[in-house]
Amino acid sequence: MGTTVGSERVKRGMAQMQKNGVIMDVINAEQAKIAEAAGAVAVMALERVPSDIRAAGGVARMADPSIIEQVMKAVSIPVMAKCRIGHVVEARILESLGVDYIDESEVLTPADDKFHVNKRDFTVPFVCGARDLGEALRRIAEGASMIRTKGEPGTGNIVEAVKHIRMVQGQIRKVVSMSEDELVAEAKNIGAPFELLLEVHNTGKLPVVNFAAGGVATPADAALMMELGSDGVFVGSGIFKSENPEKFGRAVVEATMNYKDYDLLAKLSKDLGTPMKGIELSTLQANERMADRGW
Amino acid sequence: MSVTVKIGVLNVQGAVSEHAIHVSKVGAEPVLVKHADDLTGLHGLILPGGESTTIGKLIRKYGLFEPIIEASQQGLPIFGTCAGMILLAKRIEGSEEPHLALMDVLVNRNSFGRQRDSFEADIFVEGMNQDPFPAVFIRAPHVVKAGQGVQILATLDDRIVAVRENHLLATAFHPELTDDLRMHQYFKQMAESYQAK
Repeated sequence: MGTTVGSERVKRGMAQMQKNGVIMDVINAEQAKIAEAAGAVAVMALERVPSDIRAAGGVARMADPSIIEQVMKAVSIPVMAKCRIGHVVEARILESLGVDYIDESEVLTPADDKFHVNKRDFTVPFVCGARDLGEALRRIAEGASMIRTKGEPGTGNIVEAVKHIRMVQGQIRKVVSMSEDELVAEAKNIGAPFELLLEVHNTGKLPVVNFAAGGVATPADAALMMELGSDGVFVGSGIFKSENPEKFGRAVVEATMNYKDYDLLAKLSKDLGTPMKGIELSTLQANERMADRGW
Repeated sequence: MSVTVKIGVLNVQGAVSEHAIHVSKVGAEPVLVKHADDLTGLHGLILPGGESTTIGKLIRKYGLFEPIIEASQQGLPIFGTCAGMILLAKRIEGSEEPHLALMDVLVNRNSFGRQRDSFEADIFVEGMNQDPFPAVFIRAPHVVKAGQGVQILATLDDRIVAVRENHLLATAFHPELTDDLRMHQYFKQMAESYQAK
């Protein structure tokens, strides 16, 4: 009887197990334990959170493996880590460390300006960012098992993430109503593989789980992204840049799972202390926009 | 006249919609369970896969913990997959505190390795026909020890991966991620016999 390691179903299934959950950025074992106690379904092990990457400038790379290993030892929930776009070797290193998911992420400085990693070659699953349906389907064609909005990482400003999820959902609705000949033209227009576009047309949804990321700073932001059709939420800088990370993390977890319970959301939003300060998008220079990395 | 069989799916986190779709496909009515009230009138309850640590915390917080235990004491059939198996287990290896502690099994979490080692395998499940079942194992647990009253339904390389104890059913794998409906049909039959009581 056959056994297949790292099949498409196994890799996509891992993301399905994370649905309705919150994945939190952490930079050490102590933060990872706080995230786990707050109810995170996974943690993203990083050297710096996106807002600090932004502040530091320079080239941002894969985290030091010792940080990732510390985090993996500290918690029993899955651990994710980021590699640079197109950096096949960073991805292989992360796979050899045994991380449960790799984020091929625009938060780090891209290593390849033309190609993303061929993710089908790996038994570890990948998540990738997308601003629209075409980009999402291109990443899925390369083997991504999970998609997230790009948003604008490290800004604490939800506007870009909202733009991206609305774009994807709107395009899906449009594709569902198209005839097959229109689908061929649409595949060309949005740069999506026809077979995947046909699948979206037939099922009315992406073939993989789609999370929100890039600017979630409050429980209400998390609930907003769920309301708009996200399957779950990544919170980067928001939690550990807030005054009381544990309370804040718990509130985001509960808000994500109960995004339609407005009495509860009101309660969760009370007395959380100061959230991260945030950046108004118009003050960012074009070269400071991480969402424009990748294609 | 037959009454519709209502099967609840614990709706906290994880593969909830996948189970609900399978429940519909086997001709039962899926009910999403988020509050204790949602348990009323059910003939069965599914605890889906997800993160057991997260789900375990939240069922305590939302007041579902005691009501699920009480429902089980009344004989309500409960089916746990993967994380759901961990929630049902009386003992978890590594002395971690158990969750619902209903089923007389000792489980080991993530016993097949990390995500990169997750796999699919064809296995034989007791009580199904001879066709192998496509079992999907994702950071899956397994049963290390099963008590006297526990029936072993499937093993893989000497590890126990499916068990039944009276009204409780648990698999280490994810039948909701395949097109094979036999595990859900099996559970529907358990729910029907509860309804008939």
